[in-house]
Amino acid sequence: MTAETTTNSPEAAAVPPPGAASAAKRTPQGHRRLLTRRDRITLGLMAGVPTILHVALVWVTALASIALAFTTWDGIGFDSIKWVGLQNFRDLFTSNPQFWPAVQHNVIWFVVLILIPTPLGLFLAVQLDKKIRFSRVYQTALFLPVVVSLAVTGFVWQLIYNPDTGLINSLIGANKPGHYIDWIGDPHLNLWAILVAACWRHTGYMMILYLAGLKGVDPSLREASSLDGANEWQTFKNVIFPTLRPTNTVVLVVTIIEALRAFDLVFVFNKGAQGTELLSILVTNNIIGESSRIGYGSAIAVVLLVISLAVIIPYLIATFRKERRA
Amino acid sequence: MPDLAPSGLSLSSPSRRALLRGVGGAAVLGAGIPLLSACGGSGTASDSKSVTLGSNSSDAVPKKAFAEIYAAFQKQSGITVDVNTKDHNTFQEQINSYLQGTPDDVFTWFAGYRMQFFAAKNLATPIDDVWSKIGGNFPDAMKKLSKGADGKYYFVPLYTYPWALFYRKSVFEQHGYTVPTTWDQLVALCKQMKKDGLVPIAFGDKDAWPAMGTFDQINFRTNGYDFHVDLMAGKAAWTDAKVRKVFDHWTELLPYHQDGAVGRTWQDAAQTLVAKKAGMYLLGTFVGQQFTNKADADDLDFFAFPEIDPAYGQDTVEAPTDGYMLSKAPKNKAAAAKLLEYLGTPAAEQIYLKADSSVVAASSKADTSSYTALQKKAYEMISGAKSLTQFMDRDSRPDFTSTVMQPALQNFVRNPKNIDSILSSVERQKKQIFASA
Repeated sequence: MTAETTTNSPEAAAVPPPGAASAAKRTPQGHRRLLTRRDRITLGLMAGVPTILHVALVWVTALASIALAFTTWDGIGFDSIKWVGLQNFRDLFTSNPQFWPAVQHNVIWFVVLILIPTPLGLFLAVQLDKKIRFSRVYQTALFLPVVVSLAVTGFVWQLIYNPDTGLINSLIGANKPGHYIDWIGDPHLNLWAILVAACWRHTGYMMILYLAGLKGVDPSLREASSLDGANEWQTFKNVIFPTLRPTNTVVLVVTIIEALRAFDLVFVFNKGAQGTELLSILVTNNIIGESSRIGYGSAIAVVLLVISLAVIIPYLIATFRKERRA
Repeated sequence: MPDLAPSGLSLSSPSRRALLRGVGGAAVLGAGIPLLSACGGSGTASDSKSVTLGSNSSDAVPKKAFAEIYAAFQKQSGITVDVNTKDHNTFQEQINSYLQGTPDDVFTWFAGYRMQFFAAKNLATPIDDVWSKIGGNFPDAMKKLSKGADGKYYFVPLYTYPWALFYRKSVFEQHGYTVPTTWDQLVALCKQMKKDGLVPIAFGDKDAWPAMGTFDQINFRTNGYDFHVDLMAGKAAWTDAKVRKVFDHWTELLPYHQDGAVGRTWQDAAQTLVAKKAGMYLLGTFVGQQFTNKADADDLDFFAFPEIDPAYGQDTVEAPTDGYMLSKAPKNKAAAAKLLEYLGTPAAEQIYLKADSSVVAASSKADTSSYTALQKKAYEMISGAKSLTQFMDRDSRPDFTSTVMQPALQNFVRNPKNIDSILSSVERQKKQIFASA
């Protein structure tokens, strides 16, 4: 800030000072005097550049891909874009053998993430919150998978699952003809195999979120409940868990997002072949490449977008309404 | 998408590449539509003494071999070649936007449909004048492969390599096997191998393209080259009885393939051949890259896929061919033409072949005296062929082969009983894709 700012009264500098009745009247004039030309340019750039980037990279591309979902386009020259109406969606829903499995797998992904690693993460967070010995060590160990890139996670788990030379099959001798367990290729196994890896990572993520939530719980609540004679489980169930509601909101939204954008792990694992199809992978498969089906890929992306919105919007509305009422 | 690179030459580590693909994929997903046109990256080609070249040869052996070719060219012509090397797979993923942006003057690419596709889109310059000088160096099959759909030349082939059934001589000697030349002999051999405790045919289809190679072999042996071309071009129907016959043959052979193919990479499958646990392996000659031990490599041999219908015999050979194209508006066209002329000479090919012995020269004039036994055999097989195919994803629309055929074939390999519903689904999707062009 410039020297001029410092010459102003402290209240005026802290624009806007809501609630300060005395400053309210002065603010309009003070506001104008407060910002020099340079300030306004600086502020304009600070707000403007991110806005332009956001609009260009998020909104324009999102709207463009919605528009492209109704066309066919091979990505070469804009004159080759052809309007086809709902054809892409019709093809997708009726004759793409990978589409419905992909939708199903995204749903399974969400259900599993919510049912296994989320309670597990909460459980671990509660244990770590008790300030047990070596708490930091456990915390680090459990959080480590979150820090590692998902692509690397995929590699590591591939070494474990490799049907010929992987850890599991080598240990249990399931890599010989006759009794062969194909963790990566068998569609009845591979999704679950990957989900183990996804849960392994998600648990740490959930644990940290809940740990942060638990740190915010007022210690006097615990004290009060123990004075009332509640045991540990009753305290948790009736006192601690209800105060974690904001954290639960975050956890749910994060898990939905994780389930919908699941991609890297599967792509490294087996590129979304047989049994591990996901919407994000279908989008990529259709759009990337030398003669891409950009219109068709966009149609899948639009389906993904609609699903995301259908899940997230009602939930956010409900949550905000509740919080406003509270 | 598809690993569109059965050109296994530079596929030394698909896992690393898969990672890069993941990253690239995520980037494009984020952007919604490809905004990648900034990846041209051509150097300063304004002076007449240099020409830029975009290369997908990112692996050490081919990269060094290519550098030697360009150095030799510079010595001879005084023109510098400014090479812009990109990761093999990234190159393929970005080729669309690369060619539309500011591409290098000359770029590496594949023969066949994939070359014709960009030629038809006016993203390449015809090079008939170059071919008037180098035409004598190539056999007719190569000339055919270098032409666009409009009959003009767009491509200078450098090297090629055949697909065949590979085996270890010592294993065949030990068990007294003979090379099968007919389908019945092949099936009988598989049965015998199984009895002898071997995996008759090694197989890994995790990358989804190897199964295409098996389909191609059975298809052109059963139905001939012309039907294969029609099928790949989207003209013949996948529900045709002829296609069904291909899968009937394949179903007969499938029990002799290695278990759990969809979860195995070709490298791991090749290791079972190296370890003498498998009797045969159907792949391109790049399988030799897995034979790192000299003694093992000397033990490696191959034979052409056996005859199925005597009307077609063994006259078709699958021989993917790699080479060069000229971009749509080269900055230094004269120098680029000179470079292409040089690349079309036997001398350039020999420099390459000295470094990479898993392929053979596209030119019929190249000196074959320094070839290994395997290279000589590959060369004979290709030069004796009546027709050359490229590979399913090089002979057909890559979007069709990668989004439809790769999952369909994986599905079949796992569950051959489903073939009827798989084929009708393929046909339905094929119509949609080919109609959109």
